[in-house]
Amino acid sequence: MLEASPWNAERAQEIVTKHAGLEGPMLPILHALQEEFGHVGESAVPLIASALNLSRAEVHGVVSFYHDFRHEPAGRRVLKLCRGEACQSMGSEALAQSLLGRLGVEWGGTTRDGELTVEPVYCLGLCASSPSALLDGEPLARLTAATLAEAIDEARGL
Amino acid sequence: MTRIFIPKDVAALAVGANKVAAKIAAEASTRGQAIEIIRTGSRGMHFLETLVEVETGEGRIGYGPVAAVDVASLFDAGLLSGGAHPLRIGRPEEHPFMARQTRLTFARCGIVDPLSLADYEAHGGWRGLSRAIEIGPAAIIAEVTKSGLRGRGGAGFPTGIKWKTVADAPADRRYVVCNFDEGDSGTFADRMIVEGDPFSLIEGMAICAIAIGAAKGYVYCRSEYPHAAKTFAEALEIARAAGYLGADVRGSGHAFDIELRMGAGAYVCGEETALLESLEGRRGIVRAKPPLPAHKGLFERPTVVNNVLSFVATPLILDRGGEFYAGFGMGRSRGTMPLQIAGNVRYGGLFEVAFGLTLGEIVEEIGGGAASGRPVRAVQCGGPLGAYFPPSLFDTPFDYEAFAARDGLIGHGGLVIFDDTVDMAKMARFAMEFCAIESCGKCTPCRIGSTRGVEVVDHVIEGVKVAENLALLEDLCQTMKFGSLCALGGFAPYPVLSALHHFKEDFAPRALAAE
Ligand SMILES: Cc1cc2nc3c(=O)[nH]c(=O)nc-3n(C[C@H](O)[C@H](O)[C@H](O)COP(=O)(O)O)c2cc1C
Ligand code: SF4
Ligand code: FES
Repeated sequence: MLEASPWNAERAQEIVTKHAGLEGPMLPILHALQEEFGHVGESAVPLIASALNLSRAEVHGVVSFYHDFRHEPAGRRVLKLCRGEACQSMGSEALAQSLLGRLGVEWGGTTRDGELTVEPVYCLGLCASSPSALLDGEPLARLTAATLAEAIDEARGL
Repeated sequence: MTRIFIPKDVAALAVGANKVAAKIAAEASTRGQAIEIIRTGSRGMHFLETLVEVETGEGRIGYGPVAAVDVASLFDAGLLSGGAHPLRIGRPEEHPFMARQTRLTFARCGIVDPLSLADYEAHGGWRGLSRAIEIGPAAIIAEVTKSGLRGRGGAGFPTGIKWKTVADAPADRRYVVCNFDEGDSGTFADRMIVEGDPFSLIEGMAICAIAIGAAKGYVYCRSEYPHAAKTFAEALEIARAAGYLGADVRGSGHAFDIELRMGAGAYVCGEETALLESLEGRRGIVRAKPPLPAHKGLFERPTVVNNVLSFVATPLILDRGGEFYAGFGMGRSRGTMPLQIAGNVRYGGLFEVAFGLTLGEIVEEIGGGAASGRPVRAVQCGGPLGAYFPPSLFDTPFDYEAFAARDGLIGHGGLVIFDDTVDMAKMARFAMEFCAIESCGKCTPCRIGSTRGVEVVDHVIEGVKVAENLALLEDLCQTMKFGSLCALGGFAPYPVLSALHHFKEDFAPRALAAE
């Protein structure tokens, strides 16, 4: 995964300006900010509000509505583990619980070394090859505890 | 030069297709054999991924499931000439899973290079659009109406009527919006077609645009599908450069272009009005209807919102005629439905077939029963808001009305299979939990009721006042059904009540106390 850049108001303003002319520019702006900085923090809110002529509360309301937008940076790698019914039918809950337990985190949490964030996701469209996950955007399927651990280690360069 | 076809659908990537492709390239080069690797979509036999196909004198020969470690032995066996090997499946289209299908929507998927315009054209692409340009708006709508096509996103509303409503609504501009939110668990047909045959969506949307007089289209893609989004973005550029999109679509005088927009992880944004709110840049809160999106949709303009599969069905309908399409199916369910057979199942994947097979045929004959080898106990049909069917209802034919008559829904065509280890009380709890997580918050029965629902099921699971709590759960479900604005709160009771009614034993204090 590309390392997120540290917050930079000038760069953020550029991103906001670049998308402000679109029809319905809000989500494209939020996605672009998150891609650049790894999250959409409080400092971004006033920039967006003034560019789109909205109140800060309105912008804040949008950011907080969507599960995707993070309020603080994630770990270096992000695992999105599927909790949808098809994955459950193939044991995804036990898989998730053992992983979370081993890493010592809860859903949405990041390991203490800042390496890995584990987020729930509800279907990745890999339901005939369950259980599944996205690790830094790359798909994994037919997971077992062993193959999941291996994929995580491989991504971390272990 | 031997041509080798390897899918790049995420279902193949997820089980190592890129490693297989790299290994095949390396092995061929070591052995001094000239090959060309073409990356395709998936045939939909996900149990055979990675499915490698080789072009031979007798057509394409498939091998699967291939892992990187199998590649050397495949070459030893004469892969390039279709040699015998334990993984050889013969011609993919003759595989029992494929032979029983009727591939109209997915005719090209898994066969062509998704981003090759030449392939698209060679396999019948753009013929529907050409005919649409020739016959004009009124005749296009008549053709779609005649086909009997009903929206494939879930509600099953007749597509022709929707298009006509928008075309007839007076406006300075109109929009075409494609719902590619595919939020239902157990579904992946939209994803597969966009990854495997993206031009067909562009063609379908362009046909709609001509029919309703729209110059602008949006595809709203869920963020969980980054690969599909990338493929579609590339397809848009290619189509634009070739004049299928832009100021003058194929010399027709119609201007039409499409923009791809990403969702942000909210299930409710699959609901069409929440989707429009989201496109406009707000929270995905469901709008009260009326007004219908067909009258006042995106930016208050008349808007067609259709599912990916609804659009993708239309090029063929225009090319072959509405009657051709209507010739498949049963009752008021015309044409084919791409079923998605998922979960704990032996032969899982995409199975496109005319309406009318029974649930049992789909699950047991085609799906081959549970992957675990244990008996199938429940099938959830139609996504997270769909009912759980027990084997005693396996005689239900796959048809909108037949499912509705049994308190079920076809939805987007997903079937999630569970074996006998499933705990249906837990599945009922999950349905409520999912509703609580994804509720847009507008109505109290959905927002509060679902959270209460989780607590009540928890009490039942713990064996606390079971009879009272079950009565309370039934009550709560009735309140949600009738007091919710949209189907998230309104249908979440279906999985809960079907679990409760068909699998009572899982809610009995005795069974749970034993745990
Ligand atoms: C909570 C909820 C989620 C929905 N999710 C989707 C979805 O992901 N994709 C989809 O096409 N339709 C979805 N729908 C149905 C849409 O509201 C709408 O009916 C559909 O996009 C219309 O297209 P169609 O007529 O082609 O089916 C959803 C509905 C509800 C209530
Ligand atoms: S039923 Fe739920 S999701 Fe639908 S509008 Fe009401 S609160 Fe929103
Ligand atoms: S339910 Fe997990 S991928 Fe669909």
